[in-house]
Amino acid sequence: MQVIATRPKSLTDVGFTYCPGCLHGVAHRLIAEAMDELGMRNQTMGIAPVGCSVFAYKFFNCDMAEAAHGRAPAVATGMKRARPDMHVFTYQGDGDLAAIGTAEIVHAANRGEHFSVFFVNNAIYGMTGGQMAPTTLPAMKTSTSPYGRDVDDIGYPIAVCEMLNSLKAPYFIERVSLLSPQDILKARKAVMKAMRYNKEERGFTFVELISTCPTNWGLDPLKSCEWARENMLPYFPIGNFRDKGAEGGDK
Amino acid sequence: MKYEMICSGFGGQGALTVGKFLALAGMNEGKHVSWLPSYGPEMRGGTANVSTVISDRPVASPLVTTPDILVALNQPSLDKFGPDVREGGLIIANSDLCPGGFEREGVDIVFLPMNTIAKECGSIKVTNMVSIGALLSRSDVVKIESVKNALQELLAEKKPALLEANFKAIDEGLARGKA
Amino acid sequence: MKVLMKGNEAVAEAAIRAGCRHYFAYPITPQSELIEYMAKMMPKVGGTFVQAESEIAAINMVYGAAGCGKRAMTSSSSPGISLKQEGISYCSGAELPCVVVNVQRGGPGLGDIQPAQGDYFQATKGGGHGDYRIIVLAPASVQEFADMAAQAFDLADKYRNPVMILSDGMLGQMMEPVEFAEPATEDDLERLDKQHWDWCMHPNQDEPNHHHHEINSLEIDPVVLEQHVIALGKKFDRMEAAEKSWEEYNLAPDNEILCVAFGTASRIVKSAIDDLKEEGVNIGLIRPINVWPYPSEAIAAALTDKTKLVYTFELSLGQMVEDVRLAVNGKAPVEFYGKVGGIVFTPEEVKDKLKLALKV
Repeated sequence: MQVIATRPKSLTDVGFTYCPGCLHGVAHRLIAEAMDELGMRNQTMGIAPVGCSVFAYKFFNCDMAEAAHGRAPAVATGMKRARPDMHVFTYQGDGDLAAIGTAEIVHAANRGEHFSVFFVNNAIYGMTGGQMAPTTLPAMKTSTSPYGRDVDDIGYPIAVCEMLNSLKAPYFIERVSLLSPQDILKARKAVMKAMRYNKEERGFTFVELISTCPTNWGLDPLKSCEWARENMLPYFPIGNFRDKGAEGGDK
Repeated sequence: MKYEMICSGFGGQGALTVGKFLALAGMNEGKHVSWLPSYGPEMRGGTANVSTVISDRPVASPLVTTPDILVALNQPSLDKFGPDVREGGLIIANSDLCPGGFEREGVDIVFLPMNTIAKECGSIKVTNMVSIGALLSRSDVVKIESVKNALQELLAEKKPALLEANFKAIDEGLARGKA
Repeated sequence: MKVLMKGNEAVAEAAIRAGCRHYFAYPITPQSELIEYMAKMMPKVGGTFVQAESEIAAINMVYGAAGCGKRAMTSSSSPGISLKQEGISYCSGAELPCVVVNVQRGGPGLGDIQPAQGDYFQATKGGGHGDYRIIVLAPASVQEFADMAAQAFDLADKYRNPVMILSDGMLGQMMEPVEFAEPATEDDLERLDKQHWDWCMHPNQDEPNHHHHEINSLEIDPVVLEQHVIALGKKFDRMEAAEKSWEEYNLAPDNEILCVAFGTASRIVKSAIDDLKEEGVNIGLIRPINVWPYPSEAIAAALTDKTKLVYTFELSLGQMVEDVRLAVNGKAPVEFYGKVGGIVFTPEEVKDKLKLALKV
């Protein structure tokens, strides 16, 4: 019998607690595969956020810390400075990273901290039950924007890659999507690259993963992907914003 | 014996340093000392001041409210702390910057033109050292050698030229204070 | 050899000597000399200094470094300590050893920058959310401030819990002679690094020696969280039983008044007691050195049938006095005198209060 697919060593055998159709599992797997492939697992520490992926500390099979809401980049800074011979990544959602933790992500990026940030953007607060996120689209209805996000009242969605791209220090910034198998393959490459740069101590690496929330959007998983493709990607275009490692330096 | 002192002046005049060298000298003589500066915006204003206590016994309160000795490098310092000096205490004041003078019964007041003397000694920066000399001409709070040793330790390597001026200023303060 | 040093610098030097190589903070008066000293010295000893974007970030950096088993520290003054409370609660919940220095200033709100003791409640009764306790050491001299750095790290490591040094602007800003312990050697640092390897994050190995350490204060199952908090409670009980500390000053069986004061306030009270002693009046003082756990038994034991009054002096509206009342437990009247707003009472004022109470 031939093994053609197996669980990455970098994931524990604890079952995911995500809703059916949720893409967190895919994002987890991409990171775990990168750790496996790059042989980093034994030198890597991860940080779980507050949000749906709060239990990520149980799922990644390396040392893990659970951070207070939004503080993952500060915790990561402390960890990386304490164990510079190890590698660090944070896994954060849009409320965690782009609302309560805006100061921490901007300053960690600005210091060019040597760790990777995986930012899952699904335009909504999942765990607390579908409230408005800093990345919620204009006119999009959530439980705290029941009449649709009014940009005159509460502002426009924050495009985090673009914001961080205004800083000099970050080494790698890319936005990918998890909305189709083809997109996931591209996302895999970006995640792999970020983790390789991380392993090579190149600097601050950031990957935004456009995702869905079938439960709180009230759509089935496939329709969620279609909805995100039609509505989120125009506002959050996928692509590489910064790759200091690419030939020719900055891109 | 316990000496409680306040040294005060404009920020930059070196009033805090007067207290520091007295405390250093006291410490090196094996005494108990404390040095408590005013801090904050006041540092930049009229009366940057420091409470210094030198004592044979452990210093309880480092906060000086009725000083035995006041070093006032400018008029606002003299006006602010002069009335608080203990009966029978000592006031060393810089007449160059105290045009209003100060009168009080029952305390020993020494006025010296410290800016002028300092310039004669080679640098306006040693104004505060003139006050130390004058203080030690009227009080045995610490030995003059202890202050000079402390200065030597601090300046010998970094600013040997300034050391000379400092010593000269102390000696001049000592001589003129006695007069 | 004794050196003349500010409290803020002395505690920083002592922390480095105690093996602290990870310090994260944000500037605030009157503790800025501490962060400046660390900025200057940490690179010289191969340590880490990061000026964080906020006090919140700083305590979370401490959380990260402490999670890696390293001796980590942060410091601030009152308003900044409020911001750190979230992180202190998380550190206690996740059982992370770390040291937090508070150089108190006047409050509430922005207050002012002069010395005060108005953070006593915050320091000793919680401050952050949830059921937790931290050991709080309250120095009264620059030497004690410095000595408490090593002591705080030892206690933090012993109990896997944050420890606070509750100082104030006066102790931070003043210079006094101070003598330091020998600095930690490379061997010491190696030993300190390894002491927490059974639970902290550190380099891993493949199976069968692979470890999966979680630094975490979350437990979503109430039945499991209940057990965790009960275990924490037992730990806090052990701290309470073992870590009380106080100084007795001029205690005598004929004391009609027993004073209680901590930190800066206690020094002023000592001056008043010294003066009154010269006038033939004997007054005793209990100075809590650790303000949590609180030396209640020491206060109770100092009461005699001669005790007419227990007088509490604080630089606040009266916070510790509640603990004094609990300790005295109705056996004598408890009086309070305090100054607020960053004003420090003078020995004369304290003396007058004591004389008035004695009617002499």
